[in-house]
Amino acid sequence: MKKYWWKALAVLLLTYVILQGLLGAVPRQPILNESIRNVYFHVPLWFGMITLMLTSMIYSIRYLRHGRLTDDVVAVEFANSAILFGILGCATGAVWANFTWGEPWPNDPKLNAVAVSMLMYFAYFVLRGSFDDEQRKGRISAVYNIIAFAVFIPLIFVLPRLTDSLHPGNGGNPAFGKYDMDNRLRAVFYPAIIGFTLLGVWITELRVRLRRMELATEE
Amino acid sequence: MLYSALAGLAQEVEMADRLRADGKIWVVVLVIAVVFAGLISYLIRLDRQVSKLEKDLADRQRSQRSADREPTERL
Repeated sequence: MKKYWWKALAVLLLTYVILQGLLGAVPRQPILNESIRNVYFHVPLWFGMITLMLTSMIYSIRYLRHGRLTDDVVAVEFANSAILFGILGCATGAVWANFTWGEPWPNDPKLNAVAVSMLMYFAYFVLRGSFDDEQRKGRISAVYNIIAFAVFIPLIFVLPRLTDSLHPGNGGNPAFGKYDMDNRLRAVFYPAIIGFTLLGVWITELRVRLRRMELATEE
Repeated sequence: MLYSALAGLAQEVEMADRLRADGKIWVVVLVIAVVFAGLISYLIRLDRQVSKLEKDLADRQRSQRSADREPTERL
């Protein structure tokens, strides 16, 4: 296995998150009850997704600047892992919403913004599939990737705060703040973000290595 | 509003205290731990397979290159 210290760290952190996340003390909040523990598993997926998408965009920029195919491969695979996290984030969010908001997908600005963003990234893969020439595929999809990310950020961070939203931290709601995000939660929440993000990077790295070998054997 | 609710009702919010006291939560923890261990084992196995493939590919390329360089022996 290649340099694996950060992979071992991911496993350690996530093991800690699972154990402490389920057994540790949490604030007692009405409506949420024990499901507040989903903060450890649902929210880090989104933080991880944003980090992976940002990294994907950075490699797209690098590809545009240097024209190296390997940068394009890395960009795609980071986007792939980001989408995986996004799908899981939507699924876990729907499960959580069903029992706290009353339905799995209420007509909520942040949820709709997320759905639009996911569709944008699905379109990214459709776009890539429509090209045969590697260089054109790389260039056009790199530009699209940058635009998609640039639209994604205001869509999920700015737009929901301007209107009514159910999500904590948006639409006039307090964020998971002083009363429900105390230091006990933070002690598991922050390692969870790091652990899940590292897991996403690990999956991306494996896919990149496989793709590189595919390309090498194609020659 | 939230503050006053918190002050008075903390103990009256239903939580899984009984579940934890029973020890049943351990079952849930174990199940999730098993799932997680399984997924991580699979990931490690994949990682090792990819490493092996990379090594084989590199060896093959190296022997290919040295074969191209050295002329075959003339008997």
